[in-house]
Amino acid sequence: MPSPSSSTSIRSIRLRILRCDGPGKPSRWETFSVFPEPGANVISCLQQIAASPITSEGRPTTPVVWDSGCLEEVCGACTMLINGKVRQSCSCLIDDYAPNNGDTITLEPMSKFPVVRDLWVDRSRMFDALKRIKAWAPIDGAYSLGSGPREKPDRQATRYILSTCMTCGCCLEACPQYNLEPDSHEWGTSFIGAHAISQARLFNMHETGAELKPQRLEALEDKGGINDCGNAQNCVKVCPKNIPLTESIAAIGRHTTIHAIASWFSKT
Amino acid sequence: MPQRVIVVGGGLAGLSACIRLAEAGIDVDLFSLVPVKRSHSVCAQGGINACNDVARQQGYSEYEHFDETIYGGDFLADQHPVLEMTNWAPRIIDLLDRMGVPFNRTGEGFRDLRLFGGSLFKRTHFAGATTGQQLLYALDEQVRRYEVEGKIHKYEYWEFLWPVIDHDAVHPRCIGVAAQDLRTMQIRPFRADAVIMATGGCGLVFGKSTNSIMCTGAAAARCYQAGAWFANAEMIQVHPTAIPGADKLRLMSESARGEGGRVWVPRAKGDNRAPRAIPEAERYYFLEEKYPKYGNIVPRDIATREIFDICINQGLGIGGENSVYLDLTHRDPDYLTRKLGGILEIYEKFVGEDPRFTPMKIFPAVHYSMSGLWTSFTPGSYCPATPLPGHKSGSRPPISADIGQGMHPGAIDNGRTNIEGLYAFGEVGFAYHGANRLGANALLSCIFDGLFCGVSVANYLKDGAPSKHPAEDAAATIYNRIVEQEQAKQKALLDSTTRAADDKTNPYILHRELGAEMTAACTVVREESRLKLCLSRLAEFRCRFDHIRLGDNAAWTNQTLAYTRAVGDMLILAEAIAIGAIARKESRGAHYRPDYPDRDDANFMKTTLTKFDPATRTTSLDFIPIDASLILPRARTYGKKEPDSTAKKPAVHTDAARTAATPA
Repeated sequence: MPSPSSSTSIRSIRLRILRCDGPGKPSRWETFSVFPEPGANVISCLQQIAASPITSEGRPTTPVVWDSGCLEEVCGACTMLINGKVRQSCSCLIDDYAPNNGDTITLEPMSKFPVVRDLWVDRSRMFDALKRIKAWAPIDGAYSLGSGPREKPDRQATRYILSTCMTCGCCLEACPQYNLEPDSHEWGTSFIGAHAISQARLFNMHETGAELKPQRLEALEDKGGINDCGNAQNCVKVCPKNIPLTESIAAIGRHTTIHAIASWFSKT
Repeated sequence: MPQRVIVVGGGLAGLSACIRLAEAGIDVDLFSLVPVKRSHSVCAQGGINACNDVARQQGYSEYEHFDETIYGGDFLADQHPVLEMTNWAPRIIDLLDRMGVPFNRTGEGFRDLRLFGGSLFKRTHFAGATTGQQLLYALDEQVRRYEVEGKIHKYEYWEFLWPVIDHDAVHPRCIGVAAQDLRTMQIRPFRADAVIMATGGCGLVFGKSTNSIMCTGAAAARCYQAGAWFANAEMIQVHPTAIPGADKLRLMSESARGEGGRVWVPRAKGDNRAPRAIPEAERYYFLEEKYPKYGNIVPRDIATREIFDICINQGLGIGGENSVYLDLTHRDPDYLTRKLGGILEIYEKFVGEDPRFTPMKIFPAVHYSMSGLWTSFTPGSYCPATPLPGHKSGSRPPISADIGQGMHPGAIDNGRTNIEGLYAFGEVGFAYHGANRLGANALLSCIFDGLFCGVSVANYLKDGAPSKHPAEDAAATIYNRIVEQEQAKQKALLDSTTRAADDKTNPYILHRELGAEMTAACTVVREESRLKLCLSRLAEFRCRFDHIRLGDNAAWTNQTLAYTRAVGDMLILAEAIAIGAIARKESRGAHYRPDYPDRDDANFMKTTLTKFDPATRTTSLDFIPIDASLILPRARTYGKKEPDSTAKKPAVHTDAARTAATPA
C-alpha cells in the first residue's frame, strides 16, 4: 500500500526538554535537534529522538520517557507543559510552534503531579477524586432491565460536553488552588479541582446518578471541596475540550448551599 | 482464598467482563498498560449498532442485523455466535443507556439513530462522534464503583508478559500470568482461576495506523507463542477514510458518510482547482456511481479498494497524489457540529481546515484486526434443517430474537481459546466479523463478549474447572519458571546496551521497516510474489532482532525495554499474517488477491488457523471448517453497477488537461 502523499519542507528545530531519571532524582535540561516531517507534532519529534537519542551537543543520552495513547486528543495521556503552557502534545503542531528553521520548543512535565520519569507524571490522584465524588450512576446491575430515562436534547447536549472530560489534568495544572500532593493520604482533604466538581454535576444531572447527589454534595462541602475554589477561572481557559468548568463550579456552588440549608433545617 | 479472575486489558471488552464477574461475586484483577480510561476504545467514533423500534417498524429485525454482519464479513464468520450477538444488541444499548451514556436524542427525548456502512436502515446509536469514549467512560465508572467496593483491583501501568499454563493438568490450563510494573520494572507472577485476554488489535504491526500507541498485538502474540491458536490472521481491515499524519493516521469516522458525506475526486486528471471551485458535473462521485444502492456507505473493504483504484490505478487522486475528498460542505454546519462535532474538531486541529466549509482530504489506513486468538462456542437452540437463503431486506425474520438461539448462555467454552481457562474477548478474539467488520459492530462485539461470555467464565469457576480452586493447587514452580523466562529475556535486552549502535540494531528503525514492509505487502492488494518477499524480509528482521540494541538500560521506567520487547512479538504476529495471506488463495472481504480475484467457497470458506511451535519457533497453518449452518452464502456485490456507456462522460477541464499532459 503506498503511503499518503504530502509536500516536503526541510528545516531543523530544537526541543529543549526538562528531564528527570525518577522520583527524588535531580532534574536537568537537554536539547535535541530534530527535522520535523510535514504535519509533524511534538509526538513525532519525540519519536525521532527515541530512535536516535543524541543531544544537539552531540552527546548520546537515553530516549526521553513520555506518556501517550490515542494521539488524537481524546485519551488525555500526553499532557505536558509546552513553552510553559499545559496542553496535549499530540495536537501540538510543529508548524504552529516552531515555524522557522532553528526555532525552539520547550517541554516540561506537569508540575502538579509527581514525576515518574522525564515527561511522564503520575495522575492517579485524579482518578481517586472520581471515587471521592462517586462519579457513577448506581444502576441495579448489568443485566438488561429495559431502557434508561428519556432525555431532552438540550439536556443531553449539556451532559455530553461534561462527559467529554478525558481526565487530562490541564484544569488542575492551571489552577492556583491545586497543589502538588505526593502523599496520597492528603488527597482526601486537599482541593479536589475543577474536573471532579464538573463530573459531580454530570452525574447529578442523570436520573439514576442523582440518587447519590446528596453524598456528592456533602463530599464537596467538606475540606478540599468547592469552598477551596479561588475563582481564578484559569481552568475553563485551558480545558482542551471547552468544557464549561466555571459553570459547573457555579452550579455545584448553588447546590451545595441549598443542600447545606436543607440539611440544617432537617436537623432542627 | 476466594477465586479470582485476571482480566488483561481495560477497554470495552475488558471492563464489561470485569463488571459481569464482579457482579457474580468474583474478585477480579485488572491489568492495563494505561489507566483504563485511556484505553484505545476511546478512539471509536461513529456508534454502536442494534435493532431498534424505529427500524423494526420499517421491517428491520435483529435477524437482518445478523444477516448484514455475515454478508458484510463475506461469509467467513461462524454464524451462531453472530446471531447471538445481534440478538443481544438492543439489550446492550438499553444497559448503556441506564449507565448514563449521553446518547444523542430526538426532539422528544428518544435515542437518535444514524445510517452506517452495510445497512439501508438507521440502526446506529451514537453519542456525538465520540461514542467509543462515552461507552468506555460509562463502563469505567461502573468498574470504579466495584473498585471502591473492593471487588476489582486495578493494576494500571502493568504489562502482561506471559500466560502461566499448567501443562501437567489433564488438559493444559491457564492459571495466571506474569506481569511487569512499568514504573518499578518489577516482574511478578499472579495466580488466577481464569485469565481473560481483552487486549485489542495489532495496528502497530503496520507501523502507522489508526490505532493507539499501545495496540501492538504483543499480548496476543505472547499467548500465541505460549500455545494459543491464532485465527484468520490475514484478515486486517483497512479503513477507507483516515487523515494522514507524521505519527499516526487519524481515523475519520464512517459516520461522516453516514451523515451524508460524499467521496469524490475531480473527473479530470490534474484538475488543481480548489475543491469548491469545481462544479458538480466535473466531480466524480465514484462510490455513488458504482454502487447506486449503498453509495457512500458501502462496507469498508469495498470503499478502500475503490479509493485505492482511483488513486493508484487511475491516477485520479487529488493533485495526482494519494488522497480523495470526503465532502460534508453541503450539510448545514450546525447539524454537523451537533452530530459529528468530535471528529470535525480532530480534522480541524490536525489539518488546520474546517471540514464544515472545506472538503476533507483522506486516504485509507490500517484500522482493525478481524483476526485474533481462536475461540470456541457452544451453539444455541436455533438449528434449521438446512441453511436458509439470504434474508430479504425488510422481510419477516424466520425466528424471534430470544436469547440462547445463537450461543448457549453460560457454556464454559464460549469465548475460550484452545487452552482451558484462557479466554479472548473483543478485538483480540476473531469471532463475529469474518473477513470484514461492519462499521459500529466493534463496540457491540466487545461489550457482548464481556457481558455474555463473562458468564461463561463465572460458570467455569463455579463448576467447570477440574477443582474448585485450580490456581491455589498449582505448584509455585510453574509460576517461577515463567518469571525466570521473562527475567532472562529482559536481562538479554538490557545487556545489549553495550553493543555498537547502528540502524540495523535499532529497535525503532526495525519497527519502522516492519511497518513499511507490512503496509506494502499485506494491506489492500496482496500479490503472492510480494508476500513471499515479505516473508523473507520478516525472517531477516527476526535475525536482526536477535542482535537488537537497547538505548537505555535503566532499572526504572524503562519504556525502551517494553517497546523493544513488543517489537519482537510484533514480528511473530506479522509472520502469521503474511503466511495466512499467502495460503488463502482467493479474494474475500478485506483479503484481495489479484491472482485469485474471486471468492472460492469450496476451498476457502474456512477459518485459517495458525499454530506456533515453540521448539522450532515456526508457524504451521490449517484450514478448519466454519459453522455456516444458518445462512447460505451468496455473492457479495452490494448492488454494484458495472460502468456502462450511457454514463456521463468525464468532463475534461482544459487547464487541467494541459497540466496533466505536461511531462513532469
